Amino acid sequence: MSNSNRRLAFVATLAAAALAVTGCSSGGGKQAEQQNAAANAGTAGTAKIRIAMITHETPGDTFWDIVRKGAQAAAAKDNVDLVYSNDPAGPNQANLVQNAVDQKVDGIAMTLAHPDAMTGVIGKAKAAGIPVVGFNAGIDNWAQEGLLEYFGSDETIAGQAFGDRLNQVGAKHALCVIHEQGQVALEARCAGLKQAFKGQTELLYVNGQDATATQSTIQAKLQQDKGIDFVATLGAPVALLAVQSVTGAGSSAKVATFDTNKALVQAIKDGTVQWAVDQQPYLQGYLAVDSLWLYKFNGNTVGGGKATLTGPAFITKDNIDSVSQFANAGTR
Amino acid sequence: MTQATAPLPAAPEAGRAPARPRSFGRRVIARPELSSLLGAVAVFALFFAVAPPFREAASLSTVLYSSSTIGIVAVAVSLLMIGGEFDLSAGVAVTSSSLTGAMVAFQLNLDVWAGVVAALVLSLGIGFLNGYLVMRTKLPSFLITLATFLMLQGLNLAITKLVTGNVATDSIADMDGFDSARAVFASEVHLGGVAIKVTVFWWILFLAIATWVLLRTRAGNWIYAVGGQADSSRAVGVPVKRTKIGLFMTVGFGAWFVGMHQLFAFDSVQSGLGIGNELLFIAAAVIGGCLLTGGYGSAIGAGIGALIYGMTTQGIVYAGWNPDWLKFFVGATLLLATLLNMWVRLRTSRR
Repeated sequence: MSNSNRRLAFVATLAAAALAVTGCSSGGGKQAEQQNAAANAGTAGTAKIRIAMITHETPGDTFWDIVRKGAQAAAAKDNVDLVYSNDPAGPNQANLVQNAVDQKVDGIAMTLAHPDAMTGVIGKAKAAGIPVVGFNAGIDNWAQEGLLEYFGSDETIAGQAFGDRLNQVGAKHALCVIHEQGQVALEARCAGLKQAFKGQTELLYVNGQDATATQSTIQAKLQQDKGIDFVATLGAPVALLAVQSVTGAGSSAKVATFDTNKALVQAIKDGTVQWAVDQQPYLQGYLAVDSLWLYKFNGNTVGGGKATLTGPAFITKDNIDSVSQFANAGTR
Repeated sequence: MTQATAPLPAAPEAGRAPARPRSFGRRVIARPELSSLLGAVAVFALFFAVAPPFREAASLSTVLYSSSTIGIVAVAVSLLMIGGEFDLSAGVAVTSSSLTGAMVAFQLNLDVWAGVVAALVLSLGIGFLNGYLVMRTKLPSFLITLATFLMLQGLNLAITKLVTGNVATDSIADMDGFDSARAVFASEVHLGGVAIKVTVFWWILFLAIATWVLLRTRAGNWIYAVGGQADSSRAVGVPVKRTKIGLFMTVGFGAWFVGMHQLFAFDSVQSGLGIGNELLFIAAAVIGGCLLTGGYGSAIGAGIGALIYGMTTQGIVYAGWNPDWLKFFVGATLLLATLLNMWVRLRTSRR
């Protein structure tokens, strides 16, 4: 074979491979996603305002995609220019709130995962006359920090509901996996679970930013303690990893979780995950933005000085079908 | 200004005139921090143009604050890197320091200043241990401090959980001495209607001291010498071991200072903070002209590097850009700055 022939053969092989990979898939993919378009409504006739949303999102957590979609939907409806920013470290998140105050935004929606770190900047926002609402984390702190309203799930109640359910299914020994150190909402969930659950509860800290480490840590724990018959995770991505850990450890433990995402819905359908406690993140993001708009243009506040609860609700095999359509569009 | 790495005057070769001393312009161009200064001006101009809120004094104060908490440690790290060593444990060491301060004061019911002193002792101790191990084992400091980093990360969580029962320390805001300590580490200074965090002034002070040490003292010469040629400098009587251990302890001091700021700014400390910041310190020093091989760089440059980081992180938010891109821009800035540094160094080292 001469050189040019060999080159020709190589190019032909490449072309064939390229054709093979550009073939259409008969199912799934972008097309399926577009057919499940999310809720869409008109636009309000009010003046354009600027709202900053600042969260403790660890970049890359699916939960926050859903929160942001809700916030964007409300922003589109209310003619709001939404500025989103996030940092999992308390001091950095406080800096981002200060940043929003500097920008003289018309309203701030923020999470209080690290309430102590936020006291100073919330004072700054109030001094500048900017209304601040809380959502998702900090149900025990928002009122004393002086926020207008709060939208979220009471994590202690959610944890207790989870613990009760564990009692119902006859679990004996639960492992509660915390994937973000020092996040008050996650700690509260496990604490609530421990209160209500009659069996033994153990805590396990993993690094939620490192999937392989999370998966192997849970697996090692299951191998070390064969008595664990239930793994409770606090986020959908962690639940899916825990399913792998259970398989890998050859354990008979069952997995259940807080929060959902698109992939988790399928896992509940398949029965690999027993249930998910839903706090409706879409609703949290939506209400946080919408309430600021209401406050700005009509002076309304929601909740009568109490937190507005967006959960907990259980998603199980029985009601999964009503949820899955929206989950596939990435809004539940 | 003396040249950072003043080459010895070469003996005039046969048939060539001896090299003339370099002109003032040449000397300015050869400063290690020059290219980072150009980079800072470019980043500033970019955000000044695209982000209206960025143009206000209050925003500038936020940018400076966000730069200062990185910058204070970055100054110490730049000295260490000029001295030819590396510290990966500086990020979590900040948190170790504030956890120690909070827990010593709270658990033993002491005045918070006792906690501050205990934290300082711990931070200098960590620095000494790093330096001592590096000098004693002759292992690369990268490895030693990587081990320290991981150990401290574990200790931060385990000891906090053991002592307090939670992953965060208890608030010390109502204890004796808190107000005076807050005034030192975490107060605000009002200048012409703008509140500037006190860390900004400390940062500038530390920058000035570090620069003076580097350029005007014997210790500064030693730092350049041990970073450039450890064996040769030992041969001419430079105390290599003492200098390097001192540099690690300087990083410990910087970590302590920022740790105290975090403690008094937020009254309670989360044990998981600080992971990843060690790379930001190093990035700031490298943007500022430090080499990974040591013997070259400047403290001012590290200060400018931290400023570039602060401007980028806050500027992206002021501009209303999607924060998903934040780390990409920080990385791109780092890459451009290091390429610029290299280019400037190559241009100026030619005769």
